[in-house]
Amino acid sequence: MRKLLPALLLVCACAFAENPRTLAIRNAKVVTVSGPVLAKATVVVRDGLIEAVGEAAPIPAGAWIIDGEGMTVYPGLIDSLSTVGIPSLAAPPAGRGGRAPTTVAPPPTPAPGPATTPAPTPPVRGPEDRPATTSWLLAADEIDPSDHRIESVRSAGFTTTVTFPARGIFGGQGSILDLAAVEHPGDMVVVPAVGLYIAVSRPGAGFGSTAGFPGALMGYIAYIRQVYLDAEHYKLVREAYARSPRGMERPPYDRALEGVLASKRVLLPANRLVEMDRMLRFAAELKQPAILYGMREAYRPEAAPLLKKYGAPVLVSLHWSEPPRDPDPEAYRTMRSLEDIDQGPAAPALLRKAGVPFAFYSDGLDQPRELQRAVKKAIDAGLARQDAIRALTLSPAEFYGVADRLGSIEAGKIANLVVTKGELFDDHTEIQMIFVDGKQYKPAPEPPPGAGHGAAEEPGVSQ
Amino acid sequence: MSRPWILWLAALAPLCAQNIVIQNATIMTVTKGTLQGSVAIKDGKIAEIGEKVMMPFHATVIDAGGQYVIPGIIDCHSHIAVDGNINEATVAVSSMVDIKDVINPEDIAIYRALAGGVTTANILHGSANPIGGRTIVLKMRWGKDAEGLIFEGAVPGIKFALGENPKRPGNPPLLRGFTPAFPARYPATRMGVEDTIREAFNQAKAYKAEWDEYAAKVARGESPIPPRRDLKLEALKEVLEGRRYVHAHCYEADEILMLLRVADDYGFKVRTLQHVLEGYKVAPQIAASGAGASTFSDWWAYKFEAYDAIAYNAALMHKAGIVVSLNSDDAELMRHLNTEAAKAMKYGGLSEDEALAMVTINPAKQLGIDNRVGSIEPGKDGDLVIYDKNPLSDYAKVQKVFIDGRLYFDRDSDIAGRPAKALEKQKLIDKEKQSQPKPAAGRRPVE
Repeated sequence: MRKLLPALLLVCACAFAENPRTLAIRNAKVVTVSGPVLAKATVVVRDGLIEAVGEAAPIPAGAWIIDGEGMTVYPGLIDSLSTVGIPSLAAPPAGRGGRAPTTVAPPPTPAPGPATTPAPTPPVRGPEDRPATTSWLLAADEIDPSDHRIESVRSAGFTTTVTFPARGIFGGQGSILDLAAVEHPGDMVVVPAVGLYIAVSRPGAGFGSTAGFPGALMGYIAYIRQVYLDAEHYKLVREAYARSPRGMERPPYDRALEGVLASKRVLLPANRLVEMDRMLRFAAELKQPAILYGMREAYRPEAAPLLKKYGAPVLVSLHWSEPPRDPDPEAYRTMRSLEDIDQGPAAPALLRKAGVPFAFYSDGLDQPRELQRAVKKAIDAGLARQDAIRALTLSPAEFYGVADRLGSIEAGKIANLVVTKGELFDDHTEIQMIFVDGKQYKPAPEPPPGAGHGAAEEPGVSQ
Repeated sequence: MSRPWILWLAALAPLCAQNIVIQNATIMTVTKGTLQGSVAIKDGKIAEIGEKVMMPFHATVIDAGGQYVIPGIIDCHSHIAVDGNINEATVAVSSMVDIKDVINPEDIAIYRALAGGVTTANILHGSANPIGGRTIVLKMRWGKDAEGLIFEGAVPGIKFALGENPKRPGNPPLLRGFTPAFPARYPATRMGVEDTIREAFNQAKAYKAEWDEYAAKVARGESPIPPRRDLKLEALKEVLEGRRYVHAHCYEADEILMLLRVADDYGFKVRTLQHVLEGYKVAPQIAASGAGASTFSDWWAYKFEAYDAIAYNAALMHKAGIVVSLNSDDAELMRHLNTEAAKAMKYGGLSEDEALAMVTINPAKQLGIDNRVGSIEPGKDGDLVIYDKNPLSDYAKVQKVFIDGRLYFDRDSDIAGRPAKALEKQKLIDKEKQSQPKPAAGRRPVE
């Protein structure tokens, strides 16, 4: 017993040193996003929440104090469409020059092992076989806290990702994750189900492949339409059965349709103007609240009025079109592909001007420098810095219905913060510290130039 | 965004009015003979044709002295303006898929088709399935969105395919002589093609009965749960009800007769036989069935089933009383269907009107839109093409194309606008070159 007490004290001290229950950042510039910028203010954090913010916010007794002189505090950034936390969905190392294929990673190739005959998969006969559909999955159930990208994107100021099981056609529902270093994956989850990820292409599908139906774009659309028709009918029959099962044939259970019915919104891909038009009409036909992702051609003058007409929020890929590396000088390049490169980053400013709600998403970028430069490109092309910040904080929080807990620096919200020296996204700005659920992290040291994909280091919880 | 374009459009603005009078032209109406005179378009519709016409209010007058006016060309078999693969080849019956869902109004082939005088095209699914996807008729309204291209009111169709193409997925090539390159898909033979179609219609009949029973119950005042909607069978139910046209890809005489018999058995009509290169062998049977024939002028021998073809096919089928059209099936051939029509004069001795009809009023009849387009008659859509010479001449060039009385192609403006567009493009290329980081010479520090 005599030995136990000091031991206990020691444990408490350590816990306290690592994660002070209460802390205050004072004398800092605070970009609240939801309200005005405070030139010299205090942010008080207690038990993972923002307790107070303001020029005269009282610092509670016993709080750890961080002197924010010369520093700026922002809400933690939110990546509105990501696969961070599900390592198997990491994109192949960011290709230099040229666009990332899609957010969908190719299916993992089976490891070479002892020769086993793979179980013959019956060919997909049509929509009834529910191809590439895992609509019942939740990203929250697949989180692996050891995904090295967690630390990498957190070092870029991202405290939160909306992570989707982005695979197949109906991948499953996305979850909002706080990028804390945790033991239990569940501790990262802010909201487990925020909407269904839908894609209209798969790697390696089509005629002559083994993937089966659907192969053509119109096949994907027909399949998705059939699934929603089936879901509507399924609901009707199940409700009728629930009312009076006597004498009624028992309707079967279909997890694909359960997953579809459980989702309150859909994410649909749209890069080209034609695709925006197509998907907006399609979402209206399916009677699903939709968020469009991609937006490569959102700079075109027709795009903003079209998007505004339907009122759907959009997620703009930060993976801007880039000129081909070492292009064949003889190769024919379309005017559109040249415009994509020249004007793509101007899209956010145009959307802002037109009043189209938009957020950014990383689209496979996971290195802090890449992400920062990508946002800077949009700022250089005319987007106001505060609008860029909003598109990475409060706007995505609003789209997913979590603006009551994330996206701005307000009392009562989750204490996700980024503290910088200099303005966020500037070339020479240093991120000093990141707070996730009130826990402090230091940005990981930058990998030496030329180093490949995210060095696998231990999550950098500050000591 | 791009100023030269805006100037170009501004120059066109007066011609965009939908009241137009084309004067001093040779007007080939196709159905009402050829005359010298004028044609007036009012509110997008043809108002009057004659030596002298009433001038509509605010009409733009075009002097077409020495030039020819014909109705807009109609292509009964095209695959342009589609995003993604035109074949949903993974299943033998793909009637759940719809070209309407994947219209690409920005496909440059639309503009090029316009430049060849085409104003309307039947956009078909490919031929990889005995029963393929749903099809749609589009007007080449370049610049409109997908919805804006759709020929409003035209009966939608469905593609069927017989012969080699639909059985190809059933016969995958063998890699190293042993392993199939991909899993085989039924059918692999012509017999299987027939079986697939019959089986699909068996299902469609059962599906239709299910819905008919439901409708009867509702009519009796009951409130039953509706049957499950099945997009695959729904399209075939529409075929059985005559609300969707069957456009059937076929080559050999035997398979043509097979399909006509299947249609008889199940009580539906084949609207058009597409390609139908051996149609001349069974022309009386085709004529009796009421099916139209949409064929090539003189394109054959590109595969086994296309060997026994003759250039006289179109003329022979026409003389047997079949409504015959000449189609392109190809974005390039689509740009000179006028010369394809002219070939029917050489092979078979058709008249100018009969030849032109094969790319205008006949495809209009086949698509059920002959009340709207296909000839120059009062009340029809203002879809007109001006050629500098007789359109049946190899030397004729399209000068202007109107759809609904609106100018969609103008050869002079197109040519005049090219330098500005080239300059705009070069500027972007130069800008990109300048923004590229200079290749560092060795490892010398940059000053």
